[in-house]
Amino acid sequence: MTLRLFETWQNQSLEGIFAECRELSEDAELPTVKRWRENGGKVLGHFQVYFPEEIAHAAGMLPLKMRGAPVEPTHSDSRFGSYLCSILKTNLELVLSNRVELDMFVTHPICDAARNLAAVWGRNYSYPCQILYLPQNANSKASAEYLRGEYDRVKNDIEALTGTQVTDEALRNSIAVYNENRSLLRKIYEIKRKQPWLLSGFEAYLLMNVGGMILREEHNEMLKAAIPLIEARPAKRQDKIRVVFEGGFCEQPPLDLIRAISQSCYIVDDDLLIGLRWILEDIPLEGDLLMNMADAYLEKSTYSPVQHDARKPKEKMLLQRIADSGAEAAIITAAKMCEPGLEDQVTYTKALDEKGIPYFVGEFEENMTSFDSMEIQLETFTENLIFS
Amino acid sequence: MTETKTDELVGRGNKEGADLFREWFDSLADAAKNGRGAAYVFVMGSMAELLHVFDFPLVLPEITSLQTAVRRVADTYLAEAEDYGYSPDICGYVKADMAVQLRGGQHPMGQIPKPSVAVMSNACNTYIKWAEIWERMYGIPLFVLDVPATRQAGGQFQPGSSDFERDRKYVEAQVRELITLCEQVSGKKFDIDRLRESLGYANDMNEGWRRVLELNKSKPSLFNAVTDGTVYLGVSNNLRGTKKGSQFFKNLVEEMEYKAAHGIGTQIVEKYRLGFVGVPCYPIFRRFSEMFTEWGGNFVHSTYLNFASGGGNLGYQYDVNRPIESLAEGYLISVREAMDNMFHQDRVVIDWVKNYELDGVVYHPIKSCRTVSTGLADGRRAMMAATDVPSLFIESDMMDKRVVSEAQMKNRADAFFEGLASRREMAKVAQT
Repeated sequence: MTLRLFETWQNQSLEGIFAECRELSEDAELPTVKRWRENGGKVLGHFQVYFPEEIAHAAGMLPLKMRGAPVEPTHSDSRFGSYLCSILKTNLELVLSNRVELDMFVTHPICDAARNLAAVWGRNYSYPCQILYLPQNANSKASAEYLRGEYDRVKNDIEALTGTQVTDEALRNSIAVYNENRSLLRKIYEIKRKQPWLLSGFEAYLLMNVGGMILREEHNEMLKAAIPLIEARPAKRQDKIRVVFEGGFCEQPPLDLIRAISQSCYIVDDDLLIGLRWILEDIPLEGDLLMNMADAYLEKSTYSPVQHDARKPKEKMLLQRIADSGAEAAIITAAKMCEPGLEDQVTYTKALDEKGIPYFVGEFEENMTSFDSMEIQLETFTENLIFS
Repeated sequence: MTETKTDELVGRGNKEGADLFREWFDSLADAAKNGRGAAYVFVMGSMAELLHVFDFPLVLPEITSLQTAVRRVADTYLAEAEDYGYSPDICGYVKADMAVQLRGGQHPMGQIPKPSVAVMSNACNTYIKWAEIWERMYGIPLFVLDVPATRQAGGQFQPGSSDFERDRKYVEAQVRELITLCEQVSGKKFDIDRLRESLGYANDMNEGWRRVLELNKSKPSLFNAVTDGTVYLGVSNNLRGTKKGSQFFKNLVEEMEYKAAHGIGTQIVEKYRLGFVGVPCYPIFRRFSEMFTEWGGNFVHSTYLNFASGGGNLGYQYDVNRPIESLAEGYLISVREAMDNMFHQDRVVIDWVKNYELDGVVYHPIKSCRTVSTGLADGRRAMMAATDVPSLFIESDMMDKRVVSEAQMKNRADAFFEGLASRREMAKVAQT
């Protein structure tokens, strides 16, 4: 790795690293992507939730996780109707306002709105704008082979775009980089679960979030530097409720909302940016690598409202997440106008009612700036639990 | 003689369609009374051809839901689902059906049987979330028929290519898995000859649908794609793969051929030929249409007739000599076409402007359906850049009266027609 996109965290204290991550997270100009392009690099922007970034990485592209941005959709508003989630608009706004320039855009059939994006994008840009059809029938015996073929198709398109052949060696190297990244993120989440006073949900989110906008090798380097500092932190356990946060699989809550929740609760597990942690185990580095990736997507993966898998009923998975993290309560949110998120809110709350697990329900929008009432309600919720 | 023939044929499709629709609801009530478990399916990719082989009564919850709006009682159903916990911002069809299920299947048009299996394609993601509700309520198996669609504008994989073959194999494997599931649920053995029979009827219907849509290029147009077309669409979905459905479309083609040959249009004097993009406004179904017909505007085509028929507009013909393979290929091609009519509607409409000689296009995005509505504003921009045809963009809903502002819609429609009229006048002046 010769080019560094994000250097300012180096030689910083842990608090300094968090501050640098926050600054980068809030910078809608995406300076790391600009730096990459200034050095002649190509960028593949992909919509939430999961994209096999290893393939683009192996071709020498920068995979950019398009998770929305704190921007006003002044240009993109005219491309959409009224009843839509914010992330669709802000992602398109990033390119229409020239904040970011892409060489390829990929979306997925995760929801009714997102699957429209390849067509919308394609009407506005001449570079490849496509949909990667991740299998919606995760239980078919034919799904893995189909997905392997779909990955191969995307690989061919990337090769044609970059003029770089994705060799097995390059792909193996990329998978290894991403395996390490997922392993480090698992470590971060393990700390959150076991010693949440060492790392707040907000801090963990900052560390994770920048991963989607820099080279994953750099992210690994930063996480490897931060983890020992976190473990050595002289923080003490506080009297806070342990909660699971659910509803951040696609559009992201505003940073200040995550910070506010972290002030009153220990977020011991969550589904924020779940695509970065979709694969739960290392992908094998031997054999048919694309098949290994396809198999991992289907067989060694977590859950979200946008994937139906008969083996993973959402409410059962949430209860498992709560049990595994020793949470006492759940915060069940959904982005405004998010059909799958709002539908599963009902599923989750009915299941929590049945089990007698307390929960807090809310909606958010990435660009909301005022959540005083939500903060007060949340504080009341947690105080009730603490004193009951 | 001609008058007798005209009396016999003109309007027959609407009457027969209404009768068959009533009959379908009655058959569901019978099934409910006899405790027969239904297959719950959706209009885009219903797999009706295969499910008939196992004698499942077919419930199409999109249709039962929209009927609550047409009958002006949707608000009570929506309120019940919202009281249960569902957000005002999700699909109204889902909520109306949820209320029907909470009422034990009670519906304004009769009792709806409980499901024993649900089959849904991925043409709409909400199909899957919707079916997950039944999965929890009734503990029934769900089957997602995953149909990979167009990856990039204009880049449909064609039969014979390796990419197409990969998609086809995936769909075929799923069809075979669905057969196994149906055998388990119904306790009946798969009968390939019954599938052949069903595919034969579906062939008649597909060809009939294609021909009827094509005939509406006639001047004046033969039917209103939003009102009459929705009646025909109902039959194409409810009776897909049946003898009655086959006969209906043979009769309908006969009627339309006759009307075309004799220059018989709709009940209005057609001044403007319009395209409709989106889902009808069911809470004010007739009134919505009148806002346009009062000005002499007739909808000669609608993307709804293409996507909500599951791509039946292509007229795909199954090869009954290799029924399973052909069923898979037919669904891959047709459901993909349905999705193209939603996501890439700009291409469809640009083609209609020329081939159906449109004077204007009405876009009707709705709050309830992001599948159809998300890309309409952008598609409209592309259509306007490629053609010289004016368009109207009005937002409302297919179920929820709270977001249907009739007076405002009327104002917009009036202004649209005033623009069309003045444009026509200016064109005349320019010619002189």
